[in-house]
Amino acid sequence: MRKLLAVVVIALCSAVCSAVYALGAHAADALPTESALDKRVTALAQDLRCLVCQNQTIADSQAPLAIDLKNQIREKIAQGMSNDQIIDYMVQRYGDFVLYRPPVKAATLGLWFGPAALLIFGLVVLFRYLARRRRATDAPLTDAEHQRAQALLGMTDKESK
Amino acid sequence: MKRYLPLGIFAVIAAFLAIGLFLDPREVPSPLINKPAPAFSLPQLHQPAQTFASDDMKGKVWLLNVWASWCVACREEHPVLVELARSGAVPIVGLNYKDERRDGLRWLAQFGDPYRLSAYDYDGRIGIDYGVYGVPETFLIDKNGIIRYKRIGVVTPEILRDKILPLVRELNGNA
Repeated sequence: MRKLLAVVVIALCSAVCSAVYALGAHAADALPTESALDKRVTALAQDLRCLVCQNQTIADSQAPLAIDLKNQIREKIAQGMSNDQIIDYMVQRYGDFVLYRPPVKAATLGLWFGPAALLIFGLVVLFRYLARRRRATDAPLTDAEHQRAQALLGMTDKESK
Repeated sequence: MKRYLPLGIFAVIAAFLAIGLFLDPREVPSPLINKPAPAFSLPQLHQPAQTFASDDMKGKVWLLNVWASWCVACREEHPVLVELARSGAVPIVGLNYKDERRDGLRWLAQFGDPYRLSAYDYDGRIGIDYGVYGVPETFLIDKNGIIRYKRIGVVTPEILRDKILPLVRELNGNA
């Protein structure tokens, strides 16, 4: 019964997913083809943070500042600036915060490598714990421990009867 | 000892979260501090025929205050600026940001005009050069045209007293 339910759920999910995907593909087809300029603007805008609504890129945001900045990007491209120059232009004004992918430097080392360091730390602790546990179980019992264990087992035997 | 380990971890996490609670994510450090203020030349709000250039203030310590009639927080700081202008401690130049001229003028008529003059940045381009993203913003610029301090958000009497005015005195004394 459980298995049947799982199969039905998976089937339903994949049906919904493919339907959504098909819809999305269809919507994309319906849009007019973007020019190379638009694509470059969008690509750059997707790497830049909107400072008004801080968890959106300026590509996603419709805040007035985001729209202004998209227009600026378009203008800079028209002036013949390279992508790097445009990114620099934004960083000069808004700082590294404007970048969705912060640069690797002293202040951001923790951000970039902190999670990996924590993972390694966790793995080291885990393996040391497991190794210690294995050693502890492998050690044979001494006579005194045997007697004590038997005494305890005997007691529970009686109690359970 | 081991018993207290979870408590210790909890304390560390709680401390981080508590610090995070009191940080303002809107206050992004400006890369413009100690850099030359971007030069600009804009029509004035009151006299569209006349321009104001940032170079006009060379040799003076001055405040550039970005404001707009549609900005609610600007109303909150406005009395502080009016009071500051009355004291004459430091000249204030307004940057009327992405505003309709009529609305800006009416706003000043209604709430008082602390500005020596206001430059009129209709399309917000100068705002972008100054990295403005949340009005009001206030820049303290020294005699050589270097930005020394930036306040994002309302200038409170405390910030004026503890940060801006001491810095104004220092910049006026040393240069």
